Amino acid sequence: MQLTDQKLEIAIGRMLQIGVLLAATVVFIGGILYLRQETGPRPDYSHFTTGVAERFRSPTEIVPNALHGRARSIIQLGLLILIATPIARVVFAAVGFLVERDHLYVGISLIVLAVLLYSLWHAF
Amino acid sequence: MSTPEFSIWIFLSSVIAGLLGSLTGLGGGVVIVPVLTVLFHVDIHYAIGASLVSVIATSSGAAAAYVREGYSNIRIGMFLEIATTIGALFGAWLTTRVPTHAIGIVFGVVLLYSAYASIRVKEHLQAAGRLDPLATKLRLNGTMPAEGGAVPYTAQRVPAGFSLMFLAGSLSGLLGIGSGAVKVLAMDQAMRLPFKVSTTTSNFMIGVTAAASAGIYLSRGYISPGLAMPVMLGVLAGSLIGSKILVHAQVKTLRIVFAVVIVALGMEMVFNSITGKL
Repeated sequence: MQLTDQKLEIAIGRMLQIGVLLAATVVFIGGILYLRQETGPRPDYSHFTTGVAERFRSPTEIVPNALHGRARSIIQLGLLILIATPIARVVFAAVGFLVERDHLYVGISLIVLAVLLYSLWHAF
Repeated sequence: MSTPEFSIWIFLSSVIAGLLGSLTGLGGGVVIVPVLTVLFHVDIHYAIGASLVSVIATSSGAAAAYVREGYSNIRIGMFLEIATTIGALFGAWLTTRVPTHAIGIVFGVVLLYSAYASIRVKEHLQAAGRLDPLATKLRLNGTMPAEGGAVPYTAQRVPAGFSLMFLAGSLSGLLGIGSGAVKVLAMDQAMRLPFKVSTTTSNFMIGVTAAASAGIYLSRGYISPGLAMPVMLGVLAGSLIGSKILVHAQVKTLRIVFAVVIVALGMEMVFNSITGKL
Protein backbone atom coordinates (compact mmCIF):
# COMPACT_ATOMS: atom_id res chain seq x y z
CA MET A 1 0.00 0.00 0.00
CA GLN A 2 2.89 2.31 0.84
CA LEU A 3 4.20 2.04 -2.72
CA THR A 4 0.86 3.09 -4.23
CA ASP A 5 0.70 6.00 -1.75
CA GLN A 6 4.12 7.16 -2.86
CA LYS A 7 3.10 7.01 -6.52
CA LEU A 8 -0.14 8.83 -5.78
CA GLU A 9 1.75 11.59 -3.96
CA ILE A 10 4.24 12.00 -6.80
CA ALA A 11 1.39 12.33 -9.30
CA ILE A 12 -0.30 14.91 -7.07
CA GLY A 13 2.96 16.81 -6.62
CA ARG A 14 3.44 17.02 -10.39
CA MET A 15 -0.11 18.23 -10.90
CA LEU A 16 0.38 20.97 -8.30
CA GLN A 17 3.59 22.10 -9.98
CA ILE A 18 1.89 22.34 -13.37
CA GLY A 19 -0.99 24.28 -11.79
CA VAL A 20 1.38 26.78 -10.16
CA LEU A 21 3.38 27.20 -13.35
CA LEU A 22 0.20 27.90 -15.31
CA ALA A 23 -1.08 30.32 -12.65
CA ALA A 24 2.27 32.17 -12.47
CA THR A 25 2.38 32.46 -16.28
CA VAL A 26 -1.12 33.97 -16.42
CA VAL A 27 -0.32 36.37 -13.54
CA PHE A 28 2.93 37.34 -15.28
CA ILE A 29 1.17 38.10 -18.59
CA GLY A 30 -1.46 40.15 -16.74
CA GLY A 31 1.33 41.88 -14.83
CA ILE A 32 3.18 42.94 -17.99
CA LEU A 33 -0.03 44.37 -19.49
CA TYR A 34 -0.80 46.09 -16.17
CA LEU A 35 2.63 47.75 -15.95
CA ARG A 36 2.45 48.93 -19.58
CA GLN A 37 -0.81 50.76 -19.03
CA GLU A 38 -0.40 51.97 -15.43
CA THR A 39 2.44 54.47 -15.68
CA GLY A 40 0.96 57.04 -13.29
CA PRO A 41 1.61 57.41 -9.54
CA ARG A 42 1.42 54.26 -7.40
CA PRO A 43 -1.98 53.24 -6.04
CA ASP A 44 -2.62 53.96 -2.38
CA TYR A 45 -3.00 50.79 -0.33
CA SER A 46 -2.68 52.48 3.06
CA HIS A 47 -6.38 52.47 3.89
CA PHE A 48 -8.76 49.59 3.51
CA THR A 49 -12.30 50.88 3.27
CA THR A 50 -14.38 48.78 0.92
CA GLY A 51 -11.63 46.76 -0.74
CA VAL A 52 -10.96 46.32 -4.46
CA ALA A 53 -13.65 46.95 -7.10
CA GLU A 54 -16.50 44.43 -7.39
CA ARG A 55 -15.32 43.21 -10.80
CA PHE A 56 -12.14 41.76 -9.25
CA ARG A 57 -13.98 39.73 -6.64
CA SER A 58 -15.97 36.96 -8.26
CA PRO A 59 -15.16 34.37 -10.96
CA THR A 60 -18.30 35.29 -12.94
CA GLU A 61 -16.88 38.78 -13.52
CA ILE A 62 -13.17 37.97 -13.57
CA VAL A 63 -13.32 35.32 -16.33
CA PRO A 64 -15.19 37.32 -19.03
CA ASN A 65 -13.12 40.46 -18.30
CA ALA A 66 -9.89 38.47 -18.51
CA LEU A 67 -10.98 37.02 -21.86
CA HIS A 68 -11.43 40.60 -23.07
CA GLY A 69 -7.77 41.17 -22.29
CA ARG A 70 -8.20 43.43 -19.24
CA ALA A 71 -4.87 43.38 -17.38
CA ARG A 72 -6.00 43.27 -13.75
CA SER A 73 -8.70 40.70 -14.53
CA ILE A 74 -6.03 38.47 -16.14
CA ILE A 75 -4.01 38.71 -12.91
CA GLN A 76 -7.09 37.71 -10.90
CA LEU A 77 -7.72 34.81 -13.31
CA GLY A 78 -4.20 33.55 -12.63
CA LEU A 79 -4.88 33.81 -8.90
CA LEU A 80 -8.14 31.85 -9.34
CA ILE A 81 -6.18 29.08 -11.10
CA LEU A 82 -3.75 29.17 -8.18
CA ILE A 83 -6.56 28.85 -5.59
CA ALA A 84 -7.94 25.90 -7.58
CA THR A 85 -4.68 23.87 -7.38
CA PRO A 86 -4.99 22.70 -3.75
CA ILE A 87 -8.70 21.98 -4.30
CA ALA A 88 -7.80 19.81 -7.31
CA ARG A 89 -5.25 18.11 -5.07
CA VAL A 90 -7.96 17.02 -2.63
CA VAL A 91 -10.13 15.71 -5.49
CA PHE A 92 -7.13 13.84 -6.91
CA ALA A 93 -6.37 12.30 -3.49
CA ALA A 94 -10.00 11.20 -3.04
CA VAL A 95 -9.89 9.41 -6.41
CA GLY A 96 -6.56 7.82 -5.47
CA PHE A 97 -7.96 6.51 -2.18
CA LEU A 98 -10.96 5.13 -4.07
CA VAL A 99 -8.60 3.23 -6.39
CA GLU A 100 -6.79 1.89 -3.30
CA ARG A 101 -10.24 0.94 -1.87
CA ASP A 102 -9.52 2.92 1.27
CA HIS A 103 -13.09 4.00 1.97
CA LEU A 104 -12.29 5.67 5.30
CA TYR A 105 -9.91 8.07 3.54
CA VAL A 106 -12.25 8.63 0.61
CA GLY A 107 -14.69 9.86 3.28
CA ILE A 108 -12.07 12.05 5.01
CA SER A 109 -11.04 13.60 1.66
CA LEU A 110 -14.68 14.33 0.87
CA ILE A 111 -15.14 16.09 4.23
CA VAL A 112 -12.14 18.35 3.43
CA LEU A 113 -13.54 18.95 -0.07
CA ALA A 114 -16.94 19.82 1.41
CA VAL A 115 -15.35 22.43 3.69
CA LEU A 116 -13.45 23.95 0.74
CA LEU A 117 -16.55 24.05 -1.47
CA TYR A 118 -18.61 25.46 1.37
CA SER A 119 -16.11 28.33 1.74
CA LEU A 120 -16.27 29.07 -2.00
CA TRP A 121 -20.05 28.81 -2.14
CA HIS A 122 -20.33 30.99 0.93
CA ALA A 123 -17.90 33.53 -0.52
CA PHE A 124 -19.43 34.04 -3.95
CA MET B 1 6.67 56.78 -6.89
CA SER B 2 5.16 55.48 -10.14
CA THR B 3 3.24 52.20 -10.36
CA PRO B 4 6.01 50.30 -12.23
CA GLU B 5 8.65 51.50 -9.71
CA PHE B 6 6.45 50.55 -6.78
CA SER B 7 5.74 47.11 -8.32
CA ILE B 8 9.46 46.45 -8.80
CA TRP B 9 10.22 47.36 -5.18
CA ILE B 10 7.42 45.10 -3.98
CA PHE B 11 8.67 42.31 -6.26
CA LEU B 12 12.26 42.57 -5.00
CA SER B 13 11.13 42.66 -1.36
CA SER B 14 8.96 39.62 -2.02
CA VAL B 15 11.88 37.70 -3.53
CA ILE B 16 13.86 38.39 -0.34
CA ALA B 17 10.86 37.46 1.84
CA GLY B 18 10.40 34.19 -0.07
CA LEU B 19 14.12 33.46 0.23
CA LEU B 20 14.11 34.17 3.99
CA GLY B 21 10.89 32.22 4.42
CA SER B 22 12.25 29.10 2.79
CA LEU B 23 15.72 29.26 4.38
CA THR B 24 14.28 29.65 7.88
CA GLY B 25 11.37 27.31 7.24
CA LEU B 26 8.94 30.02 8.36
CA GLY B 27 7.24 30.41 4.98
CA GLY B 28 7.09 33.54 2.84
CA GLY B 29 3.78 34.86 4.22
CA VAL B 30 4.97 35.48 7.73
CA VAL B 31 7.83 37.62 6.36
CA ILE B 32 6.07 39.56 3.59
CA VAL B 33 3.14 40.83 5.71
CA PRO B 34 5.32 42.85 8.14
CA VAL B 35 7.45 44.05 5.20
CA LEU B 36 4.35 45.37 3.40
CA THR B 37 2.77 46.93 6.48
CA VAL B 38 5.86 48.27 8.30
CA LEU B 39 8.03 49.30 5.32
CA PHE B 40 5.49 50.08 2.58
CA HIS B 41 2.57 51.25 4.78
CA VAL B 42 0.12 48.88 3.12
CA ASP B 43 -3.12 48.28 5.04
CA ILE B 44 -2.98 44.89 6.77
CA HIS B 45 -6.08 43.64 4.89
CA TYR B 46 -4.40 44.10 1.47
CA ALA B 47 -1.15 42.70 2.92
CA ILE B 48 -2.74 39.46 4.17
CA GLY B 49 -4.68 39.11 0.89
CA ALA B 50 -1.48 39.26 -1.17
CA SER B 51 0.35 37.05 1.32
CA LEU B 52 -2.31 34.31 1.30
CA VAL B 53 -2.04 33.78 -2.47
CA SER B 54 1.76 33.67 -2.27
CA VAL B 55 1.43 31.04 0.47
CA ILE B 56 -0.63 28.81 -1.86
CA ALA B 57 1.95 29.31 -4.62
CA THR B 58 4.93 28.26 -2.47
CA SER B 59 3.10 25.29 -0.94
CA SER B 60 1.96 23.90 -4.28
CA GLY B 61 5.22 24.85 -6.03
CA ALA B 62 7.39 22.97 -3.53
CA ALA B 63 5.11 19.93 -3.20
CA ALA B 64 6.74 17.85 -5.93
CA ALA B 65 10.22 18.32 -4.45
CA TYR B 66 9.06 17.36 -0.94
CA VAL B 67 7.15 14.30 -2.13
CA ARG B 68 10.19 12.90 -3.90
CA GLU B 69 12.06 12.73 -0.58
CA GLY B 70 9.41 10.28 0.64
CA TYR B 71 8.80 11.81 4.07
CA SER B 72 5.37 13.41 3.70
CA ASN B 73 2.36 11.40 4.87
CA ILE B 74 -0.73 11.92 2.73
CA ARG B 75 -3.15 10.28 5.23
CA ILE B 76 -2.00 12.22 8.27
CA GLY B 77 -2.09 15.40 6.17
CA MET B 78 -5.58 14.79 4.82
CA PHE B 79 -7.03 13.88 8.24
CA LEU B 80 -5.58 16.99 9.89
CA GLU B 81 -6.79 19.19 7.01
CA ILE B 82 -10.32 18.70 8.36
CA ALA B 83 -9.17 20.74 11.39
CA THR B 84 -7.10 23.30 9.48
CA THR B 85 -9.74 24.09 6.83
CA ILE B 86 -12.54 24.53 9.40
CA GLY B 87 -10.12 26.65 11.44
CA ALA B 88 -9.33 28.73 8.33
CA LEU B 89 -13.03 29.48 7.78
CA PHE B 90 -13.28 30.58 11.40
CA GLY B 91 -10.15 32.74 11.07
CA ALA B 92 -11.36 34.41 7.86
CA TRP B 93 -14.66 35.17 9.61
CA LEU B 94 -12.73 36.66 12.53
CA THR B 95 -10.92 39.19 10.28
CA THR B 96 -14.18 41.12 9.89
CA ARG B 97 -14.94 41.01 13.63
CA VAL B 98 -11.53 41.85 15.07
CA PRO B 99 -10.14 45.42 14.95
CA THR B 100 -7.06 46.00 12.77
CA HIS B 101 -4.69 46.74 15.65
CA ALA B 102 -5.63 43.42 17.32
CA ILE B 103 -4.77 41.56 14.08
CA GLY B 104 -1.42 43.37 14.13
CA ILE B 105 -0.71 42.34 17.73
CA VAL B 106 -1.64 38.67 17.12
CA PHE B 107 0.55 38.75 14.00
CA GLY B 108 3.50 40.13 15.92
CA VAL B 109 3.19 37.45 18.60
CA VAL B 110 2.95 34.66 16.00
CA LEU B 111 6.01 36.13 14.27
CA LEU B 112 8.00 36.10 17.52
CA TYR B 113 6.94 32.51 18.24
CA SER B 114 7.87 31.47 14.69
CA ALA B 115 11.33 33.01 15.04
CA TYR B 116 11.81 31.13 18.31
CA ALA B 117 10.59 27.87 16.74
CA SER B 118 12.99 28.24 13.82
CA ILE B 119 16.08 28.30 16.05
CA ARG B 120 14.76 25.93 18.75
CA VAL B 121 16.84 22.82 19.31
CA LYS B 122 15.02 19.84 17.84
CA GLU B 123 14.81 17.04 20.39
CA HIS B 124 13.80 13.49 19.73
CA LEU B 125 10.47 12.80 21.40
CA GLN B 126 9.58 9.68 19.45
CA ALA B 127 10.04 7.00 22.08
CA ALA B 128 7.94 8.50 24.88
CA GLY B 129 4.20 8.08 25.34
CA ARG B 130 1.55 5.44 24.86
CA LEU B 131 -0.14 4.34 21.67
CA ASP B 132 -3.28 6.28 20.77
CA PRO B 133 -6.07 3.86 19.69
CA LEU B 134 -7.44 6.66 17.45
CA ALA B 135 -4.18 6.67 15.51
CA THR B 136 -4.50 2.96 14.81
CA LYS B 137 -8.14 3.29 13.79
CA LEU B 138 -7.36 6.22 11.46
CA ARG B 139 -4.15 4.61 10.18
CA LEU B 140 -2.06 7.63 11.18
CA ASN B 141 1.20 5.80 10.72
CA GLY B 142 3.84 5.22 8.12
CA THR B 143 7.46 4.45 7.47
CA MET B 144 10.28 6.88 7.04
CA PRO B 145 13.34 6.37 4.85
CA ALA B 146 16.52 6.11 6.93
CA GLU B 147 19.98 4.57 6.82
CA GLY B 148 19.60 0.82 7.18
CA GLY B 149 15.99 0.55 6.00
CA ALA B 150 12.60 2.11 6.62
CA VAL B 151 11.72 3.20 10.17
CA PRO B 152 8.03 2.83 11.17
CA TYR B 153 6.24 5.53 13.19
CA THR B 154 2.74 6.07 14.60
CA ALA B 155 1.03 9.29 15.68
CA GLN B 156 0.34 9.84 19.37
CA ARG B 157 -2.05 12.19 21.21
CA VAL B 158 -4.29 12.66 18.17
CA PRO B 159 -6.91 14.94 19.87
CA ALA B 160 -4.17 17.36 21.03
CA GLY B 161 -2.68 17.47 17.53
CA PHE B 162 -6.10 17.95 15.94
CA SER B 163 -6.92 20.87 18.28
CA LEU B 164 -3.59 22.56 17.57
CA MET B 165 -4.30 22.15 13.86
CA PHE B 166 -7.60 23.99 14.32
CA LEU B 167 -5.59 26.82 15.92
CA ALA B 168 -3.09 26.74 13.03
CA GLY B 169 -5.96 26.98 10.54
CA SER B 170 -7.56 29.88 12.43
CA LEU B 171 -4.27 31.81 12.45
CA SER B 172 -3.84 31.10 8.73
CA GLY B 173 -7.32 32.49 7.97
CA LEU B 174 -6.92 35.48 10.28
CA LEU B 175 -3.38 36.47 9.26
CA GLY B 176 -3.06 35.26 5.66
CA ILE B 177 -0.06 33.09 6.49
CA GLY B 178 0.67 29.37 6.15
CA SER B 179 1.27 29.04 9.93
CA GLY B 180 3.78 26.29 9.25
CA ALA B 181 5.38 26.80 12.68
CA VAL B 182 2.13 25.88 14.49
CA LYS B 183 1.44 22.97 12.13
CA VAL B 184 4.90 21.57 12.80
CA LEU B 185 4.33 22.11 16.53
CA ALA B 186 1.12 20.04 16.33
CA MET B 187 2.74 17.14 14.49
CA ASP B 188 6.24 17.13 15.93
CA GLN B 189 5.56 18.10 19.57
CA ALA B 190 1.95 16.99 20.19
CA MET B 191 1.67 13.96 17.91
CA ARG B 192 5.35 13.00 18.27
CA LEU B 193 5.84 12.46 14.56
CA PRO B 194 9.40 12.52 13.18
CA PHE B 195 10.54 16.08 12.44
CA LYS B 196 11.08 15.50 8.70
CA VAL B 197 7.61 13.95 8.39
CA SER B 198 6.13 16.96 10.23
CA THR B 199 7.77 19.64 8.11
CA THR B 200 7.09 18.03 4.73
CA THR B 201 3.49 17.09 5.57
CA SER B 202 2.98 20.64 6.90
CA ASN B 203 4.10 22.10 3.57
CA PHE B 204 1.53 19.96 1.79
CA MET B 205 -1.24 21.06 4.16
CA ILE B 206 -0.51 24.78 3.90
CA GLY B 207 -1.95 25.14 0.39
CA VAL B 208 -5.22 23.39 1.19
CA THR B 209 -5.61 25.39 4.40
CA ALA B 210 -5.00 28.68 2.60
CA ALA B 211 -7.43 27.74 -0.19
CA ALA B 212 -10.21 27.50 2.44
CA SER B 213 -9.94 31.22 3.22
CA ALA B 214 -8.74 32.48 -0.19
CA GLY B 215 -12.26 32.52 -1.68
CA ILE B 216 -13.51 34.54 1.27
CA TYR B 217 -10.59 36.99 0.98
CA LEU B 218 -11.24 37.41 -2.75
CA SER B 219 -14.96 38.07 -2.34
CA ARG B 220 -14.29 40.62 0.43
CA GLY B 221 -11.88 42.54 -1.81
CA TYR B 222 -8.66 41.82 0.17
CA ILE B 223 -6.87 40.52 -2.93
CA SER B 224 -5.75 43.52 -4.96
CA PRO B 225 -4.38 42.48 -8.39
CA GLY B 226 -1.81 45.30 -8.55
CA LEU B 227 -0.32 44.26 -5.20
CA ALA B 228 -0.84 40.48 -5.30
CA MET B 229 0.89 40.21 -8.71
CA PRO B 230 4.43 41.27 -7.63
CA VAL B 231 4.04 39.62 -4.21
CA MET B 232 2.97 36.23 -5.57
CA LEU B 233 5.61 36.15 -8.34
CA GLY B 234 8.33 37.43 -6.01
CA VAL B 235 7.68 35.12 -3.07
CA LEU B 236 7.39 32.12 -5.40
CA ALA B 237 10.71 32.97 -7.11
CA GLY B 238 12.43 33.64 -3.78
CA SER B 239 11.29 30.41 -2.18
CA LEU B 240 12.32 28.34 -5.20
CA ILE B 241 15.79 29.92 -5.09
CA GLY B 242 15.85 29.32 -1.32
CA SER B 243 15.06 25.62 -1.65
CA LYS B 244 17.93 25.26 -4.15
CA ILE B 245 20.37 27.00 -1.78
CA LEU B 246 19.19 24.90 1.18
CA VAL B 247 20.55 21.75 -0.42
CA HIS B 248 24.05 23.22 -0.66
CA ALA B 249 24.51 25.73 2.13
CA GLN B 250 25.16 25.39 5.83
CA VAL B 251 22.26 27.45 7.16
CA LYS B 252 22.68 27.41 10.95
CA THR B 253 24.22 30.89 11.16
CA LEU B 254 21.89 32.25 8.48
CA ARG B 255 18.92 31.07 10.51
CA ILE B 256 20.06 32.95 13.60
CA VAL B 257 20.69 36.16 11.61
CA PHE B 258 17.25 35.89 10.01
CA ALA B 259 15.59 35.12 13.35
CA VAL B 260 16.98 38.42 14.67
CA VAL B 261 15.55 40.31 11.65
CA ILE B 262 12.19 38.64 12.19
CA VAL B 263 12.13 39.41 15.91
CA ALA B 264 12.76 43.08 15.03
CA LEU B 265 9.89 43.08 12.51
CA GLY B 266 7.60 41.33 15.01
CA MET B 267 8.32 43.86 17.75
CA GLU B 268 7.85 46.74 15.31
CA MET B 269 4.46 45.31 14.34
CA VAL B 270 3.31 44.91 17.95
CA PHE B 271 4.57 48.43 18.75
CA ASN B 272 2.88 50.00 15.70
CA SER B 273 -0.36 48.18 16.50
CA ILE B 274 -0.40 49.35 20.12
CA THR B 275 0.35 52.95 19.20
CA GLY B 276 -2.30 52.80 16.44
CA LYS B 277 0.08 53.40 13.54
CA LEU B 278 -0.81 50.20 11.70
